Amino acid sequence: MKSFGGEVLFLDRSDINTDEILPARYLTEISREALGPNLLEDLKLEGFDPKADISGKAVIVTRANFGCGSSREHAPWALEVNGIDLVVGESFARIFRQNMYNCGMMAVELPAQTIDHLFLRFAGKKTTASVDMEKHTIVFSADGASETVSFSISGFDRELVAAGGWLEYADAHY
Amino acid sequence: MGKTIAQKIFDDHRINSPDSDIQVIRLDAVFCHEITTPPAIVDLERRGKDRVFDPSRIKVVIDHVSPAKDAKTAVQGKILRDWARRHQITDFFDIGQNGVCHALFPEKGFVRPGYTIIMGDSHTCTHGAFGAFAAGVGTTDIEVGILKGVCAFKTPETLRINITGHLADGVFAKDVILSIIQRLGVSGATHKVIEFGGPVVAAMDMESRMTLCNMAIEAGGTCGICAPDRVTADYLWPFIKDAYASVEAAMADFSRYLPDADATYTDILEHDVSSLSPLTTFGYKPDQVCPVHEMAGTPVDQVYIGSCTNGRISDLRIAASILAGRRIHPSVRAIVSPATPEIYKKALAEGLIQIFMDAGVCVTNPTCGACLGMSNGVLAEGEVCASTTNRNFNGRMGKGGMVHLMSPATAAATALSGSIANSPLFSEKGTSEK
Repeated sequence: MKSFGGEVLFLDRSDINTDEILPARYLTEISREALGPNLLEDLKLEGFDPKADISGKAVIVTRANFGCGSSREHAPWALEVNGIDLVVGESFARIFRQNMYNCGMMAVELPAQTIDHLFLRFAGKKTTASVDMEKHTIVFSADGASETVSFSISGFDRELVAAGGWLEYADAHY
Repeated sequence: MGKTIAQKIFDDHRINSPDSDIQVIRLDAVFCHEITTPPAIVDLERRGKDRVFDPSRIKVVIDHVSPAKDAKTAVQGKILRDWARRHQITDFFDIGQNGVCHALFPEKGFVRPGYTIIMGDSHTCTHGAFGAFAAGVGTTDIEVGILKGVCAFKTPETLRINITGHLADGVFAKDVILSIIQRLGVSGATHKVIEFGGPVVAAMDMESRMTLCNMAIEAGGTCGICAPDRVTADYLWPFIKDAYASVEAAMADFSRYLPDADATYTDILEHDVSSLSPLTTFGYKPDQVCPVHEMAGTPVDQVYIGSCTNGRISDLRIAASILAGRRIHPSVRAIVSPATPEIYKKALAEGLIQIFMDAGVCVTNPTCGACLGMSNGVLAEGEVCASTTNRNFNGRMGKGGMVHLMSPATAAATALSGSIANSPLFSEKGTSEK
């Protein structure tokens, strides 16, 4: 099973759409790698600087309805080529969520109060997240203190992650 | 317990259920365009799996950037074109026969009640207007769809919206769906199918139903869906006349996909549109909706009439009726993109193109165009567009641009005044007295 975790990027806004994650003007690229420099280029979020803030991050923690709008899988790909393969939020748009698991990546939903707490406790600090895929926990750590949150993942989503994505899973089953 | 339209379609197409709330269904059609399908083709080639499950069930169009604008978009078109040729996909619509996918494919008769359809395009929900389950998906779902003819979905829950009352003159399907998105919010229908019904939907033609279903995704919906009826059967008749003895016989067959009276819905909303006035959006989310009169006088730089939402012949007729014999305001530029060649030809034959050109409007070839700022009609930073499209996201029509969504009638009136304005088809006095 693929391992998840690393430094966290906090995006404190709901309804971040896939045009913001990867603007349509870059959809002319065929290679995923070419999308890398344009991740979150149009994000409307005060104080956010894509050039400075994305580097070195492996996990995003955000609010509700992340990934709404266009179905472009270029959004998860742009995350992936920047080393981000886990997004934790209150909720996700259906297509984005499916695209993440279809790519063998994870979109983990946590209750709103847990997300609130994570923002209060960790946002603005250099925070790391460590995922245990057996215990279904994420340990968030900053300034020497840490906190463990549990998450649930459906059997199907887990199998997609284990297989490396929907193509691999479907090829074995259908 | 009774079943919704989507449940009946899933029952007919289920292959298995790999998890408690996941169903893998058989696909009747996989639709493809040149932005999201080429990466699937390239990946299948790389994996040594360059096959298609059934070339007759794959429909392909170049529509987002047409004709190609540069070397990269030329390559996207070439990958799609070469793939369609080598797999004998005969329903491939190249430059000259191409149009906006969600206008072109219904026009070709590719959508039928009870069908399951996926496409790598979020506005695939448009095709639910025919009583089909049609969902936008990502490239990996398209890849598996091309290869295996299957797709996995959560068991669809359905939100029923009964649209009641009577639409005032000058108020259109676009205004209705904007009012519904305002009510539901941008994630109000996430993981749900929106079943549109009631007397207002029953009275709508197929083009209006497509406008309605087209924007289900803007409330997060998996699909919008309308029950198939005589309007559906009449629209489809040229394509199905050899399969059925009569329109009535087709309707009887399609009735398999009517929702049961005791169907289980997650919610049933009554949505009375009698007092609805023309709407537009402010801000960067499609649920930020207000009456046009509240935005009246807001200057715009560009007016865009087109797209899978409102680029059909009825939309062009309405816009032309307002622009006829007039000139657009000198401070704006206006673009009309007929959504398909058939629509373009009809507009020519009916004199609509002449009206647009006499009004000073730029008429483009059928393409997705300005809607997502990929090809023509891109805004400069700080510019404002009054648009009949479906998304007002930040940067959608060009970095730093602002988009106000509205009906073709409002867009045409806005082109004449140079700032957001209600159309003469709508009487503000009439509604304020109600």
